[in-house]
Amino acid sequence: MTSNMIWIIIGMGLVTYIPRILPLIVLHTETWPDVVRRMLARVPYAVLGALIFPGILFAYDAIWYGLIGGAVAILLASIGTPLIVVVGGAIVVLAGIQLMPTLF
Amino acid sequence: MTYKKSWSEESRAGAVQGVPIAFGYMPVALTFGLIAATTGLTFIEAVMMSIVVFAGAAQYMALTMIALQSSAAEIVFSTFVVNLRHVLMSASIKERADHSSKTMRALYGFFLTDEVFAVASVKEAPIKAPYILGVGVVAYSSWVVFTGVGFYAGAILPDVMQESMGIALYALFIALLIPSVKSQGASVMVLAVLGGGFHLILQQWLSTGWAIMGATILAVCVYEGIDQMRRVSNDK
Repeated sequence: MTSNMIWIIIGMGLVTYIPRILPLIVLHTETWPDVVRRMLARVPYAVLGALIFPGILFAYDAIWYGLIGGAVAILLASIGTPLIVVVGGAIVVLAGIQLMPTLF
Repeated sequence: MTYKKSWSEESRAGAVQGVPIAFGYMPVALTFGLIAATTGLTFIEAVMMSIVVFAGAAQYMALTMIALQSSAAEIVFSTFVVNLRHVLMSASIKERADHSSKTMRALYGFFLTDEVFAVASVKEAPIKAPYILGVGVVAYSSWVVFTGVGFYAGAILPDVMQESMGIALYALFIALLIPSVKSQGASVMVLAVLGGGFHLILQQWLSTGWAIMGATILAVCVYEGIDQMRRVSNDK
């Protein structure tokens, strides 16, 4: 391993790790005002929205492909299937669609 | 119940929820390993990066920059920028997590990728440290192992499977969001739509890391604004 690569990896490791643990170790959110804590509690849902959209549209060359996968996931999740089934179901349906033209 | 028993139960429950992430990481890590090989990294370098860094987007970016002969400082700084959003996520986890020792927090903090954060944070508070560790270690193992596998065999999965697995992480996020919408109602949906909407707008000018961070902050602030206005008008 070149020394340049060692520095890249160590440096990247540090600047990834520090933002992840800083709030856990240093900040005392217990004393923060209610409004800030309320907003922090809402972060997960806003993050999830930002992670899903618009990325899902560009996951494949064709937008409709991601949309179908998303629709399958929404359907499976709303009837209460476990996480792994939702993920597996979306993969299987998309693989099926891709295979279809080769079958005919 | 003894502490030890609940520890193993919690970590096992976490590990089970980590499996969908492990699946989702598989194609991403395979591809990372493959590109790392074509970029000229050695096997050890590629796997070490996944072991030490554990950040998908940043690692992909690093490969691009290494190929462009960027300096170590440039690569590290870009990584910092891409991963700064985790400050928000960790602060949010801190708010919902059960109290645990500083060492424990420093340990599970390492595993808080977007996906591990998402899985952990939709669990009912208080979230236990071993639960987060369980999710994180399973996700991490997949990330590291499939980086190594991908280095030697990018085409280990049939093409059709590899391409279809691009949906895995999005399906995971949707699977995490829907139950919260059902249990907590429209507010979750509004937050998610705001988050996605602002991301769509911000990505015109910002790279993904900044866009996600900006979209999250905007969504949470706008929601709070709407909420307060609604309360004021209800009081009248």
